[in-house]
Amino acid sequence: MEEGNKIPKSASSRLCCRCNERKPALKRPKTLEQICRKCFYEVFEEEIHQVIVGNQLFKAGERVAIGASGGKDSTVLAYVMSELNRRHNYGLDLFLLSVDEGITGYRDDSLETVKRNEVQYGLPLKIVSYKELYGWTMDEIVKVIGLKNNCTFCGVFRRQALDRGAAYLKVDKLVTGHNADDIAETVLLNILRGDVARLSRCTSITTGEDGPIPRCKPFKYTYEKEIVIYPCSYCKNLNQNHTYAYFKKLDYFSTECIYSPNAYRGFAREFIKDLERIRPRAIVDIIKSGENFRISTSTKMPEQGTCERCGYISSQKWCKACVLLEGLNRGLPKLGIGRSRGLENGNGNRKDMEQNGDVRSIESKQCGSLDF
Amino acid sequence: MACNSGNCQSNCSQNEQVAQDDSIPAPTTGSDDGANNQQQQGVCLKCKVSPPISSGGGGSGDEARFCGDCFRTNLFGKFRLAVTSHAMITPSDNVLVAFSGGVASRVALQFVHDMQQRAQRNYEASKDRSLPVFGVGVAFVDESTVCSISNDEVEEAIQEMKSTVLELAPPVKQFHVVPSVSLYSSGSSDEKDRLMKLIGAVDDVTGKDDFLMHLRMWALQKVASENGYTKLVLGLCTSKIACHVIAATVKGQGYSLSADIQYVDARWQVPIVLPLRDCTAQELNILCRIDGLKTLQLVNDHPSGINGLISSFVRLLQEENPSRESTIVRTAGKLTPFHFNRLPEINDSSVPLATLRRQKRYNLKPQESISSESFCPICNSPVINSDLPSCGSLKPFKFREFAASCCPSCQFQILPQDQSSMKEFYSLLPEGLVSRSKHKDNDNLDMLREQVQDCLLSNSDDET
Repeated sequence: MEEGNKIPKSASSRLCCRCNERKPALKRPKTLEQICRKCFYEVFEEEIHQVIVGNQLFKAGERVAIGASGGKDSTVLAYVMSELNRRHNYGLDLFLLSVDEGITGYRDDSLETVKRNEVQYGLPLKIVSYKELYGWTMDEIVKVIGLKNNCTFCGVFRRQALDRGAAYLKVDKLVTGHNADDIAETVLLNILRGDVARLSRCTSITTGEDGPIPRCKPFKYTYEKEIVIYPCSYCKNLNQNHTYAYFKKLDYFSTECIYSPNAYRGFAREFIKDLERIRPRAIVDIIKSGENFRISTSTKMPEQGTCERCGYISSQKWCKACVLLEGLNRGLPKLGIGRSRGLENGNGNRKDMEQNGDVRSIESKQCGSLDF
Repeated sequence: MACNSGNCQSNCSQNEQVAQDDSIPAPTTGSDDGANNQQQQGVCLKCKVSPPISSGGGGSGDEARFCGDCFRTNLFGKFRLAVTSHAMITPSDNVLVAFSGGVASRVALQFVHDMQQRAQRNYEASKDRSLPVFGVGVAFVDESTVCSISNDEVEEAIQEMKSTVLELAPPVKQFHVVPSVSLYSSGSSDEKDRLMKLIGAVDDVTGKDDFLMHLRMWALQKVASENGYTKLVLGLCTSKIACHVIAATVKGQGYSLSADIQYVDARWQVPIVLPLRDCTAQELNILCRIDGLKTLQLVNDHPSGINGLISSFVRLLQEENPSRESTIVRTAGKLTPFHFNRLPEINDSSVPLATLRRQKRYNLKPQESISSESFCPICNSPVINSDLPSCGSLKPFKFREFAASCCPSCQFQILPQDQSSMKEFYSLLPEGLVSRSKHKDNDNLDMLREQVQDCLLSNSDDET
């Protein structure tokens, strides 16, 4: 149900609202304005440029890696970054950084797209794979743990993979294609799950300044729908829902991860889609609320240390990736999943392996039944 | 053969009988209750005497775990803890219960009445009659002029409510019917027209819904202060608060969210208290059912627009995980409250020391000194200074000044966008709303002055 259109209709509402010359080609998802194709490109790119400049995301001479999955967000990001870098002389050295999680039928196809992007945009590409780093592909992991907590594994592993790839490339910053919808979903998810610490951090446009590599999200205020409209392509659209086939032809891969249907984020995503239909600006309103939540800075934030096993940044003795890996390697798929409750639990189960890495004998343990 | 033990190995008929009984499955009431039922065999978990509310299968977890009495005691216990730990109701108070006829406000009324009755009995039993009994009134906001409800329906509902309130005596409670038009000062002949035009000027479906809600609150405040009430009790429960958390987030009101969801909200002239904050709608529903508390539903419970979307979203989440509402409220509870989210310390000698001590303990420590908050004249939410225009930029026109002082959310979804409509909207507003926005600044100044009083050398305000 659409609410009253807030844009006052001018007498000659048949022209683009920005240039007043050309016929409008679409209604902008963000503002519902009628706009022509050329103006849409300009306004889309200009808004991102303003976000970059206004938030001082980059300094001249920096080496910047673009997290590239081959999907629409990172493809458009790569294109827009290289375009703005050239047009406004940011003076950045851009690279493409891709992660191969080892998901057949999904990641192997999208990586082909990234390899094409490397050629199309002239940006050097580095691919890091889970198999190389951890000895496991996501396919293998899902075979062991099933479809319930697989996103946790993938997310944790990917974060470290990106950091390691960034270190290899010796870059100063990492940019990711997280868009306004993603961030709004994350705000809602953190409210639903009671994670106040994350709630206070998730709306920052730059994160990890005190970690191995700072990351920023130039698409923080960019709507997912607009990112989709921007680069529509003719070819290779397996799940394409949109029909703006006559716009910029950017090559990208569009399918959902085959393991994602059960993700809890799906709830938030559906809700936001419905919300956008009623009031498009609600997406940025959620982000604004997230920025303005009164969260005490004395809220207990985790202390930063390093992982004893691999040296990566960690607030516990072992980083999450090492904990999960240990679980996988020892056939304990639930290790590291769920909240830590200490060593004993009420049902009198035998002691779980401690998080500090003390290796106990595991002959007596049952696979999959140990919850922290 | 005499067998009196289940361990008997012989194939006697007694054994077979026992075996048969054991094979009858215990009533299944929920997957997580299956195990408990096997052990409890149909007794309340708490008193272990009476059967649970729903022993025949079906019903929620609580109904299968507790008997009616224990459930009621438990729920009333939550209410009483909220009231006593935040000193919501003291003997010298005159409490107004906002009553919509719905489940939550019915339970709120019932519990407040139970508490009052108890106090009355204690008063009569005590020798020195030192502790007076707090007064209770009930108010119903009649929105028939602005909603599409027939006059007959409303009349019938009002009669029912009157009889409910009459039954809840002694002690006697006054019942106020507050028509929406009462917001306008009496004597204006065209108040109904003005109100209709005012509501009609709001385009946005969600905005209209919210605007009606704000007007409802102002009407309650008006009747409360005009009749000498010192506290306003709302039946806001966990479920409604969870919806409000999401709604505030979605409407860009993240800053003011923590003000709305605390036990106490003293930014209003008559402070608002939420004694049912820790009770879920499901629990309240169960209580109404087992105690036969009559409820009625006048206002449409399925609002359209964003509010409707949010209530179905929260319902969906709740089905997926029954503790989701509580988690949402708990998360929001970790946000920093405002200085007005605590009651001013009582200096009344008639208040027992225990209450004073408890209030001191639970009163939230002010994290920062009292900041001079600006409040939106429509929804009364604190506005961040950065959202307000600098002074002096809009002076000439009162309606522009008014619009600029509203919070961004009200500006978008309630106020008309073009100048002339805005001007008309401003002229249709009840006088109370307009003049209030000026008074609030003075209140803040007074509060600040109180804080620094001991450092001031001169009493005059025009110091250079």
